Amino acid sequence: MGIKGISEEEFKDNESLELLKEPGSGIFLTKIDDVINWGRKNSLWPLTFATSCCGIEMMATGAPRHDFARFGMEVYRASPRQADVIVVAGTIVNKMAPVLKRLYDQMSEPKYVVAMGACAISGGPFFLNSYYTVKGVDHVIPVDVYVPGCPPRPEALLYGMLQLQRRIKAESILSRKKRNESHDVK
Amino acid sequence: MDNIQLEQFIKSLDNDLDIKLGKQFPEVTVPASKLYYIARQLREREEALFDFLFCLTGVDYGSELGVTYHLRSTRYGHSVVLKVRTTDRENPEFQSVTNIWKTAEFHEREVFDLLGIKFTGHPDLRRLFLESSFGFPLRKDYSDDVNVVTR
Amino acid sequence: MEEEAKDIINDDQEYVINMGPQHPSTHGVLRLVLSLKGEIVRNVEPHIGYIHRGIEKMCESITYPQIIHLTDRMDYLSAHINNEAVCLNVENALEIEIPERVKVIRTLMSELTRIQSHQLWWASFGMDLGGLTCFFYGLRDREKILDIFEETCGGRMIVSYSCPGGLMYDIHPNFQKRVKEFVKYFRKTLPEYDDLLTGNVIFRERTAGVGKLSLEDAISYGVTGPSGRASGFSCDVRKHEPYSAYDRVSFNEVLYTEGDTYHRYLARIEEMRESMNIIDQLIDNIPEGPYAVKMKPIIRLPEGEYYQSVETARGELGVFIISDGNKNPFRIKFRSPNFTNLSALNLMAKGFKIADLVAIGGSLDLVIPDIDR
Repeated sequence: MGIKGISEEEFKDNESLELLKEPGSGIFLTKIDDVINWGRKNSLWPLTFATSCCGIEMMATGAPRHDFARFGMEVYRASPRQADVIVVAGTIVNKMAPVLKRLYDQMSEPKYVVAMGACAISGGPFFLNSYYTVKGVDHVIPVDVYVPGCPPRPEALLYGMLQLQRRIKAESILSRKKRNESHDVK
Repeated sequence: MDNIQLEQFIKSLDNDLDIKLGKQFPEVTVPASKLYYIARQLREREEALFDFLFCLTGVDYGSELGVTYHLRSTRYGHSVVLKVRTTDRENPEFQSVTNIWKTAEFHEREVFDLLGIKFTGHPDLRRLFLESSFGFPLRKDYSDDVNVVTR
Repeated sequence: MEEEAKDIINDDQEYVINMGPQHPSTHGVLRLVLSLKGEIVRNVEPHIGYIHRGIEKMCESITYPQIIHLTDRMDYLSAHINNEAVCLNVENALEIEIPERVKVIRTLMSELTRIQSHQLWWASFGMDLGGLTCFFYGLRDREKILDIFEETCGGRMIVSYSCPGGLMYDIHPNFQKRVKEFVKYFRKTLPEYDDLLTGNVIFRERTAGVGKLSLEDAISYGVTGPSGRASGFSCDVRKHEPYSAYDRVSFNEVLYTEGDTYHRYLARIEEMRESMNIIDQLIDNIPEGPYAVKMKPIIRLPEGEYYQSVETARGELGVFIISDGNKNPFRIKFRSPNFTNLSALNLMAKGFKIADLVAIGGSLDLVIPDIDR
């Protein structure tokens, strides 16, 4: 029991990620992009943010069996100013939403968001009949990767983080600005 | 004391209380004015010594609002249920039992937050979970078309 | 020069700081507003509601078997025990006779859940006090129990295994073998935990005498579970009002009288040993029989009020159902153990320093979604 190591060339599903690469940027710029993206994706530092049950599965992903330190995410920073990625693990309710927005605003560019678990994607088991849950964290902050499950297995979260790494690989310096315009505070 | 002896003991405290022997516990319905006195007697009398308040529930019965107290004695092991009701839905008020059982402090704040029932004599009655401008969600006539998705 | 130094340290001004909802040591979204004088804590005021999902109101629109899936997610580390509480309440209200096999399996799963919860508590308590090794040891051993759960129930932590009438599915054929292997392994590993923390001089200095809670205060504030038992409050529901198969196993209720952080810690370590003793007594003779009783498709409880308490890893969970004869409950209330444990935090932390507050909060073993429901 354990996940098999997959090399990056074998990630053949999700073809559309390759289309994110901006065409016509010139060979010099793409080489710089490759080096910068390689540095960014291999050392993502997550923020310690867990509200409910998915938080325990996130801790279990950092535990010895499904270690995610081998992918570079070893260091958990408690302060949002030092973190790269925020893994929203757990339900967000109306009282917590401004806190989450403030945490997101405090993080410095480049920053990424992973919505972990059914509650963060769409409200999950608390979608119907609840008067206080936010039905999906993308009402508050822009999300890069959605990891379904209630709670998702540690292997699923690892797959989600590797997808995020793939997405970073396909980025270029010029294309990040457009994405953030929907939710940023000016 | 078993349930029948408890019923007689409580009748001896005040003769016109309404006592029913439920399946698990004897249930005593007190008028709101006598709540503090009966609670104090149950806590301090030697034969009763109910020192553990393990559940404080606010209920909306539709036309009335009420609070249910579940009490247990750690020395004797017997339990009893106290109930109060009021028909006043605009400004419901009961006496606080925080002086008798300290756990009531948080529980009464929760009942105030979710149902709007005030407790006089509470040291710090504020809302616990929700914002101050929120309604009282556990009431039966609470409706919120914006936030609540129903099937 | 010395008088100046004394004036600075004994300055009288009190100030308020915020240990906000996102904090590595508060174990969830708990906001503590601390009034401090220098480094000494004068008043702790918890602000909760950051994970209030309105479960009690939601349960008024769904049927009884559907409530099971919401109770899993309240105190998610004792997920199976929460399920069992609602199932027992419904079964006792309908006065159904449950097969012996179901009772024994539910008890076994409850004890495994308790061990798993205490392992995670130990891992995070050690990590809070700075010993990162505890995190890795605790979670490594916890994975073995999660494997057992996954084989039988399908889920690692959120199991949803009981339902009114019995269990959702029968146990896996490997269940007995795996549980026995685990108990044999863990009996050898638990002394490692003692080596790391219990006998450690630094740990003892940080926890002995810190955060005392007397017996009268524990009863008055309603602190149950290992936190209450460390103060001498004999409140184990498994002993006083036995349910499932607890009336036929013999185990000790772990009681201490000092009521400080160190003894709350010891109470949980001892409880893990007692749980393993209970498992040993039951694992070899699981009775044969059906794993569920046939129930009506729509479950309606007769009119009335029903209360059932169970012993979760943190204290007494009570489920109070008021039914008016419909298929949805009229009012359901979960008497949550963490809610009452939190109310005693202010009393315990007065006069100690902020670092001690972290130790006290960790020893209370709070799970915040259970407070807010």
